[in-house]
Amino acid sequence: MLSQILYALPFLAEGFAVTLWVSLLVVVLSLIAGVLLGVGLVYGPAPLRWAVRIFSDTIRGIPILVLMFFVYYGLPAVGVHLQSFWAAVLALTLFKTAQVVEYLRGAVASIPKGQSEAAMAIGLTFRQRLTSVIFPQAFRRFLPPWINGVTDAVKGSALVSLLGITDLMQAINQIIGRTYEAMPLYILGALIYFAVNYALSYASRRLERRFAFIRD
Amino acid sequence: MASSNDNPALLDIAEVSKSFGSVSVLRSVSLQVAKGEVVTIIGPSGSGKTMLLRCVNFLESYDSGSIRIDGKEVGFRDGGARQRRSERDLAAMRAETGMVFQSFNLFPHLTAAGNIMLGLTKVRGKTKTEARSIAEHWLGRVGLAHKADSLPAELSGGQQQRVGIARAVAMEPKILLLDEITSALDPELVGEVLAVVRSLAEDGMTMVMVTHEMAFARDASSRIVFMADGGVSAVGPPKEVLAVETTNERLRTFLARFRASHF
Repeated sequence: MLSQILYALPFLAEGFAVTLWVSLLVVVLSLIAGVLLGVGLVYGPAPLRWAVRIFSDTIRGIPILVLMFFVYYGLPAVGVHLQSFWAAVLALTLFKTAQVVEYLRGAVASIPKGQSEAAMAIGLTFRQRLTSVIFPQAFRRFLPPWINGVTDAVKGSALVSLLGITDLMQAINQIIGRTYEAMPLYILGALIYFAVNYALSYASRRLERRFAFIRD
Repeated sequence: MASSNDNPALLDIAEVSKSFGSVSVLRSVSLQVAKGEVVTIIGPSGSGKTMLLRCVNFLESYDSGSIRIDGKEVGFRDGGARQRRSERDLAAMRAETGMVFQSFNLFPHLTAAGNIMLGLTKVRGKTKTEARSIAEHWLGRVGLAHKADSLPAELSGGQQQRVGIARAVAMEPKILLLDEITSALDPELVGEVLAVVRSLAEDGMTMVMVTHEMAFARDASSRIVFMADGGVSAVGPPKEVLAVETTNERLRTFLARFRASHF
């Protein structure tokens, strides 16, 4: 049994690399899109606020799996053909973006109005107010739910195996298909996912402590 | 259009009105403040004092009238059309007025010196070293030289408010706006903050302040403005406005109520 697992390790490693790559893409892209849309939701003109609100509420109301199948199997009907990898990344990114929008809105809304006014009063422009006054304070509120969302993204990336992408999950399933060693391989897979997410949570707690000096 | 030469007043508020739906909060308010004057606005709550102050640096917009500082319209573009200034222009105009808030509003993630340096570096284009030495100078002026590296959470209310004043004056504003700056303080901390305001007045800083500290208003102001129901009800030197025998009914009621509760 052990020899079979050892034999499969390089294959698992390749799958793990795909899992990390999907997770990284989704986390980075959703962070950028989510922060931009979140700022639009809080400060934008009414039509933009409505658009972001509708986007966020719609996406968050749909199971990720439905979203992923829709992007991969549904969009070709309107002429959009994506490779399974990019269809999966797009669907997961959309889902995560909607969450980041809400984390950002919540974090920014928790900063008292007086902070913006004080920043305005000394002559800071909108962008300077965000980068020098609002974001540094909102960051501490944003971080815990966001890291939580990042671990969700790593776990949720296992869904891409359903589009036939050979990530860690799919690699495990394929090895089990050859070896019939379901129990040890699923345990191994669980441990790998756990190790990544535990490391993330640990890093998050360290970061939170670093910013804890800001009293409310 | 009036150029700055036509108008000797540093701050010229002309017929400013503002309403929320059917509720008028400012009714055609006019007020001129000359350079070096200390003008105190008093009045019952809801009379529009704070609203007027917030219009002067355009934290609030208004429906009609004009507010000029040094001849320049504050929130709207020059040239008559009521077109809001661009974000960049507004920021530049606001940098010309300093504001101190009732709730201090210090930036909690920055030290006392950091609070003062932010505007100096971002808006005034000073280097960090220059900004730091200006911050230290003003912290010294408000008696907090030893607190430069303290975070707001580590300071008392009175100390925080003195940093708030230092943050505003370090920008060298043309006018300083003080919005009930001692109202959130414990009584024993009021004195240290008012002492700072008094020393700024002696330096010739032009100030418009909203306050409930009548004794301070009487002693430190060039003029007192009494507002009621969104309008200027009385204006004049402290002795005149605070005179017991005033014929202004609203003012007499206000002062009587005030004396009853404070003396």
